[in-house]
Amino acid sequence: MADLSFLREMARKLRVEILKMLTKAGSGHTGGSLSAVDIVTALYFYKMRHDPKNPKWEGRDRFVLSKGHAAPLLYAVLALCGYFDLSVLQTLRQINSPLQGHPCCKSLPGIEVSTGSLGQGLSVANGLALGLKLNRSLSRVYCLLGDGEIQEGQVWEAAMTASHYKLDNLCAIIDNNDLQIDGACREVMNIYPIDEKFKAFGWHVIKIDGHNMEEIITALDEAEQIMNKPSLILAKTIKGKGVSIFEGKAKYHGVAPTSEELEIALKELNNGKN
Amino acid sequence: MGKTECTLSMSKVSLKDFFGKDMATRDAYGHILVELGKNNPHIVVLDADLSCSTKTALFAKNFPERFFNMGIAEQDMMGTAAGLALSGKIPFASTFAIFATGRAWEQIRQTICYSNANVKIVATHGGITVGEDGATHQALEDVALMRVIPTMTVIVPADAYETAQCIVSASEYYGPVYIRLGRAKVPSILPEEYNFKIGKAYIFKMGKEVNIIANGIMLAEALKASEILNKDGISTGVINFSTVKPLDEESLLEIAKSSKLIITAEEHSVIGGLGSAVSEFLSENYPVKIKRIGVKDTFGCSGSWKELLKHYGLTAENIVKVVRENLK
Repeated sequence: MADLSFLREMARKLRVEILKMLTKAGSGHTGGSLSAVDIVTALYFYKMRHDPKNPKWEGRDRFVLSKGHAAPLLYAVLALCGYFDLSVLQTLRQINSPLQGHPCCKSLPGIEVSTGSLGQGLSVANGLALGLKLNRSLSRVYCLLGDGEIQEGQVWEAAMTASHYKLDNLCAIIDNNDLQIDGACREVMNIYPIDEKFKAFGWHVIKIDGHNMEEIITALDEAEQIMNKPSLILAKTIKGKGVSIFEGKAKYHGVAPTSEELEIALKELNNGKN
Repeated sequence: MGKTECTLSMSKVSLKDFFGKDMATRDAYGHILVELGKNNPHIVVLDADLSCSTKTALFAKNFPERFFNMGIAEQDMMGTAAGLALSGKIPFASTFAIFATGRAWEQIRQTICYSNANVKIVATHGGITVGEDGATHQALEDVALMRVIPTMTVIVPADAYETAQCIVSASEYYGPVYIRLGRAKVPSILPEEYNFKIGKAYIFKMGKEVNIIANGIMLAEALKASEILNKDGISTGVINFSTVKPLDEESLLEIAKSSKLIITAEEHSVIGGLGSAVSEFLSENYPVKIKRIGVKDTFGCSGSWKELLKHYGLTAENIVKVVRENLK
């Protein structure tokens, strides 16, 4: 059984690292990195088989960050797992840094594929899942998408493909924080109902609170049991989760914290501790 | 590397079968893919509902478990191909050239090339020889669109023999490759001893006054033109530049030094293709007078492919005319 308090502590640490690296960089995507922290923590510290000392290990599960702008989240979790030194996080977005503004698989271990242009990750995850099946591998593929991202048509092409090829080794997760750069998703271009759409495309859909660690791990376990169809975890989340001054604000989609904001945020996350 | 060697030797046997055959390059592709499939279990093929036209249907029939029809969804096809490549497969993704390079350009750039995924994009129906279907289906910009992307290799073979060879070469090379094939039946051009190498031009004959740099279907026209010009006493050479990227700069310099006039000939827009690549390099390194023959910044149209070649000046006669007009 999962150690929930350990996972919650790792999630807290992740938030701290994300905010510190974003503040140092002076730009980047705060809101959408924080909203998916709990999901990504559960993946890397509970569910996925992976080896930070051997990033290309054949038997690993694959993670595709389709919402590539949440790169700080991916970098922070890889560093906390030990793929590279935590100090590297401080080079985010600087020239010659392996931590590009959006993930580049050629420059950093642990990144499966370069992402950043929205709508493309699910197709790659499908290809990985097909390839793993051909290789008779038991590895699974996880793909994290943004909710605004599903406005891209390619996502629905890929949704058809995953179902058509019965990719039960694939689990997509939508970080449903309800906000995109220009505002609320339903106002910019209505994406709802997401669950009904994926069900109609032949997916097994699990709806959860994306900040409830117990619900996240239960959903990940359930997805693994589903046969002959892909699974979608539709995770209701809050943009900027964990720091009150950022929560639910579209403004913090693509803006880094100021040093004053960082101080407030760290105080809240550290809950009086240092 | 035992597997690779095995692929090489077995392919070499079957490659000779393609020599001397007058056939569409897409037909050669369909057949060599099956041979590759037999020799290498990592070869997988994707198509976007055009497998009968691109000839990947032959592979599908022989290896159904390694063939993925993606439906009419080119963007998803390219992404899926990238994923397959990243899981260790060697995917060949095929559709018409205009949809492969136009509709899915950003997927090719962002997901395939920026990740250096080992995907082979083999597009058929390049150029105006698509014929009756008209402008919407005639890719005249595909070489330009692919050439501009870092890490991409771009190849335009001339006949069945060269096609079979370049498909095998692409399968043995690690990295993204774009190969442009045609719809129409084309004559056998390359000699039996021809040995395709990525990035290496093939000199049929070096001219002392004029050299025609061509690829694809225009190579045959270049050879016809050179015959006429040589009979007229104008020393004319022909060079096959099937690899547009990486450009064979060494050969190009050698050609330039032996030329008063260089003609480039391609079944593509004069903007961005072989003519542009040659002009860019030589203008910086060894300026020689160059005339580019291709489609002049316009869309194609319907018609029989032979009529269309004439209509757009993609003929030996037009090459001869351009040489005479430009050679002082």
